[in-house]
Amino acid sequence: MNKSQENIKVREPLVRTVKRAERSNLDIIKLRIIAFILALVAGGLFILLIGFNPFELYLTIVSGAFRSKMAIQATVKFMIPLLMASLGITLAFKMKFWNIGAEGQIIMGAVFSSYFALFYSDLPHIVLIIIMFISGFIGGGLWGLIPAYFKSKFNTNETLLTLMLNYIALHVISFLRDGPWKDPGSSGFPKIARFEANAQLDKILGVQFGWIVGLILVVVVFIYMVYTKHGYEISVVGESQATSRYAGMNVKKIILRTMILSGGICGITGVIQSAGSDMTLAASVAGGVGFTAIIVAWLANLNPFGILMVSFLFSVLEKGSSVMQSTYGLSTYSASVLQGIILFFILGCEFFIRYKFVLRHKGGNK
Amino acid sequence: MNMFINFLVAAVFAGTPLLFGTVGEIMNEKSGHLNLGVEGMMSLGACAGFMAGFLTNNLLIALLAAFVAGLAGALIYAILTITFMADQNVTGLTLTIFGIGLSNFFGEYMLVNSNTNSLKLPENIAAQISNIYIPVLSDIPVIGQLFFQYNPFVYLGIVIAISCGIYLNHTKLGLNLRAIGENPGAADAAGIKVTKLKYLNVLLGGGICGIGGAYCSMIINGGVWMSNSVNGLGWISVALVIFASWSPNKAVFGSFIFGAFNILKYYTPKTYFTIPNAFYDMLPFVITALVLIITSIRKSKENQQPASCGINYFREER
Amino acid sequence: MSNLIETKYAIELKGVSKIFGSVVANDNINLNIKYGEILALLGENGSGKTTLMNMLSGIYYPDAGTISIAGDEVSISSPTDAINYGIGMIHQHFKLVEVLNAMDNIVLGTKEKYLKPKILKDKILNISSKFGLEIEPEKKIYNMSVSEKQTVEILKVLYRGAQILILDEPTAVLTPQETEKLFAILRKMKEQGSAIIIITHKLHEVLSVSDRVAILRKGKLIDTVKTEDSNEKQLTELMVGRPVSLKINRPEVESKKTILNVVDLSVMNEDGSLGLKNINFKLKRGEILGVAGIAGSGQKELCESIAGLIKIKSGAVLCNKENIIGKTPDEIINLGISMSFVPEDRLGMGLVGSMGMVENMMLKSYRKSKGFFIDKKPSRKLAEYLKNKLQIVTPNVDMPVRMMSGGNVQKVLLGREIDSNPNVLITAYPVRGLDINSSYVIYDLLNEQKLKGVAVLFIGEDLDVLLELSDRIMVLCNGEMKGIVDTKETTKEEIGLMMAGKSFKGVEGDE
Repeated sequence: MNKSQENIKVREPLVRTVKRAERSNLDIIKLRIIAFILALVAGGLFILLIGFNPFELYLTIVSGAFRSKMAIQATVKFMIPLLMASLGITLAFKMKFWNIGAEGQIIMGAVFSSYFALFYSDLPHIVLIIIMFISGFIGGGLWGLIPAYFKSKFNTNETLLTLMLNYIALHVISFLRDGPWKDPGSSGFPKIARFEANAQLDKILGVQFGWIVGLILVVVVFIYMVYTKHGYEISVVGESQATSRYAGMNVKKIILRTMILSGGICGITGVIQSAGSDMTLAASVAGGVGFTAIIVAWLANLNPFGILMVSFLFSVLEKGSSVMQSTYGLSTYSASVLQGIILFFILGCEFFIRYKFVLRHKGGNK
Repeated sequence: MNMFINFLVAAVFAGTPLLFGTVGEIMNEKSGHLNLGVEGMMSLGACAGFMAGFLTNNLLIALLAAFVAGLAGALIYAILTITFMADQNVTGLTLTIFGIGLSNFFGEYMLVNSNTNSLKLPENIAAQISNIYIPVLSDIPVIGQLFFQYNPFVYLGIVIAISCGIYLNHTKLGLNLRAIGENPGAADAAGIKVTKLKYLNVLLGGGICGIGGAYCSMIINGGVWMSNSVNGLGWISVALVIFASWSPNKAVFGSFIFGAFNILKYYTPKTYFTIPNAFYDMLPFVITALVLIITSIRKSKENQQPASCGINYFREER
Repeated sequence: MSNLIETKYAIELKGVSKIFGSVVANDNINLNIKYGEILALLGENGSGKTTLMNMLSGIYYPDAGTISIAGDEVSISSPTDAINYGIGMIHQHFKLVEVLNAMDNIVLGTKEKYLKPKILKDKILNISSKFGLEIEPEKKIYNMSVSEKQTVEILKVLYRGAQILILDEPTAVLTPQETEKLFAILRKMKEQGSAIIIITHKLHEVLSVSDRVAILRKGKLIDTVKTEDSNEKQLTELMVGRPVSLKINRPEVESKKTILNVVDLSVMNEDGSLGLKNINFKLKRGEILGVAGIAGSGQKELCESIAGLIKIKSGAVLCNKENIIGKTPDEIINLGISMSFVPEDRLGMGLVGSMGMVENMMLKSYRKSKGFFIDKKPSRKLAEYLKNKLQIVTPNVDMPVRMMSGGNVQKVLLGREIDSNPNVLITAYPVRGLDINSSYVIYDLLNEQKLKGVAVLFIGEDLDVLLELSDRIMVLCNGEMKGIVDTKETTKEEIGLMMAGKSFKGVEGDE
């Protein structure tokens, strides 16, 4: 290197991002496991920071979720709505329709079915339950249909519209609770009456039968997406609407149909949550499940069996954190915090599937 | 008349937290990042602001803490979406869940460790955040009440909104930022430091959201700590961005109008025909939904969401 | 200063390489250019021209090698660096912000302070008059024509006072006349001491504007020659790597029966303007009808209206006397009309990038099988068949098509369309992005169809190809048909004038 060259400031960037050959599935799984472990370490640091032993707490979470038959049942109960709502969302997401309105669709499903649970509770049990499921499907489906209609007709931004519909649905419940459906026996405090036993879901193995519906749906949604013409159409529309039209598909119809199904499944989630767990129509019937479901569906790569696994893990965390509260007096919100940390790491690790960082001089100027 | 002025004043109070959230989100979206983590960033700001105020009894430190907390939340989002190119929707939602969770977790933790029933802001800071009084000006009938009797947050919010408006529309940096939001490839080729400017604005937006959160925790509940004090205001702010058509100046009016919707139920005569409260609560969302639909029908090229919003930028994309 | 210009190269590349994933885009390139010189960078599609230039403009960072500007070794890690070194690049796909006006786009990213619009406007008009450019500074980009946009791009570079200008395929979107105007501007800049690199694959342009030619092939620099010592034949051989005849076959077909009759076809754009105005033409079996026009003259609307993808304002499209207007794309495919349509943006429309060949084969035919479930067996068979017949290079038929090279993607698409035994084959830009060998495979496929009696509508961008391949050429300008000419009796200049808007009474074939 001669003198004049030494004076020149050669500024090669410290780190730069480049695309890499796409990784194999095995590598992707490995990468996610590493991210998960890193997240546990980060979560552990957080726990350490507030003065607890991370190993002890993690152990409490896992053992808490399985320590007794009742604990396991509670864990499954947490899982049911999460699993089902994630399956519902998956149909929309596969179509790249960003349905973040599962909250609202769950609520509307619960509202529609509650009408029958509250006012037709003397119908034969099986008939009533079937009607509740159908009406719940319709309620959620309609709530999914609204953004689908405007999206297909005017290309209205569905992310924001479904978000608004969540709140509108929430206030539908508060309207019913404060007025028409107010429980007269509640002595002034506004709430909706508890469902009659006839309108409650039956239990199988000690848990409401929603878990069986959920498991069946896992298989049905999987088959629907992979082996049917509808599923094929959803994938093509998700990739490009122009391509689907060119191929002669009726894009509008596909969007509407898929969103009815997506919203409908979320609606059934509402039925199962209200008539199976809450035994009434509460404003908290969705309780953020619709949002968490988006994350579950995304983490599972929109694979129904993956969703089963992820939603189970999430409910272990959820149940475990409630045990953590009773044992250590820590807020149940610790579950959200840990969920968040895990997700942040997994979101970050996705990057390494398609890209890599190159450090200064590595493979650079020889 | 008096009732109407009270109503307007109450609308301003109710709209102020929305103003912070909205302006913060506009700064995000103008840089091409649809950040659904507003609720989370506001929650972080709510917790940090309140606790800093509670512990130090100093408004400036409280505001700074809220700003930094919102900014820290935004930093997570920025690292993931700008550097690691993660999905914006999922990252934002995660930030919301994380932010609410951490805020409530920490709030309960403080409460349990304080050995009291509730956490209340000390007197000094409580006085600082109460409504101001300017001799003479505040005493002018009507005008004094309408303009010179708010708490410091209100004025701060308006100043921030107007500054952001000037920054976006009348400075070189603002022009560069708008270009990034529309077409980061073009901006990059023109020599704009895309990554740097994106970070700057996402972080700034997060900090502004954080201050809005502090309003929720310090003002709305009368200086007493409550969990979930943001309670959906962050999500309304995301909606308000559309209503304000991505302009910080319009956000001032938009948030006060939305504030008015929120308190309308307390100011309507309840004589012969009463509309259920739920409908008033629903109104802002219904109107935002309508605005959303109408703008999509009009298909105007102007006043739209920045074109690159939701899509991450990678220079070497082929 | 003048001493410096004479003795030092404007740009000197030494051993520059760039690798994408597993693809070597540039391999050990050594190249230089002086001030006051126009260098043409010649090479086929995929030969690495654009990648190389993107390393000069800071879009890509080289994996190996050094770059020197005016004699000093530099590191260009971002477009900002490039601009600071006086390099301006005009990309093939314009880098403009649509919702901003011309002025804002021009000053975007410059270091200077915020100027009042009035002052800025004067400043810009000043520069543009110096170089003979025409511009409306306050016009929004989305209201501009392609050549207006290019003017803004050039002004962007001039405004920054760049001494080194790189243009990537600047003439692809221009008429021959607009191209001449551009070259005049470039020569003016050269006289004022600029170093100019123009990327192109059009030989006659290379010969008319450049001083030297650098030829790239498969990522390697093959040779650098003086333009005055060279000729078309030599350059082609260097570019392709072997002697080629540039002649495209044009077999003659005797019996020509009209199959498609387009009558007074008009199409409205989203913004209310007319995308197509009263188009009339007949398409016959056994002919290739070329469609010429600068980009955005109505080609897309023409294709999409015949395929039933957009709404028609007025007029009719008769296929075997049956009007197909108002039918859904599905019906147009199903009615036995077998309209086959290779869309402009082939991955964006004709194929699903994330799916493999198998699933792409059934894109239009999946509805034909009975029942609720899909049957992948026939498409798998077809995929395997096409893979062998057209020698499509892919590890297996389930590999996502987006991972395949451009030529192979085009073969998949055309193969599927031809397999459906169409009567009418509409194809838009089928050789875009392909190297010469692949292009000739496509031309042969089209000629094969023509000989079988298929009516081919060929929308092209290279006038030389259009003139050699098609029997007749229809010229579009601003959505209007400027006439149909017989390729045996027309010249490139004539078509160029029509592309620019001059009407021509051509031959409308026999009735």
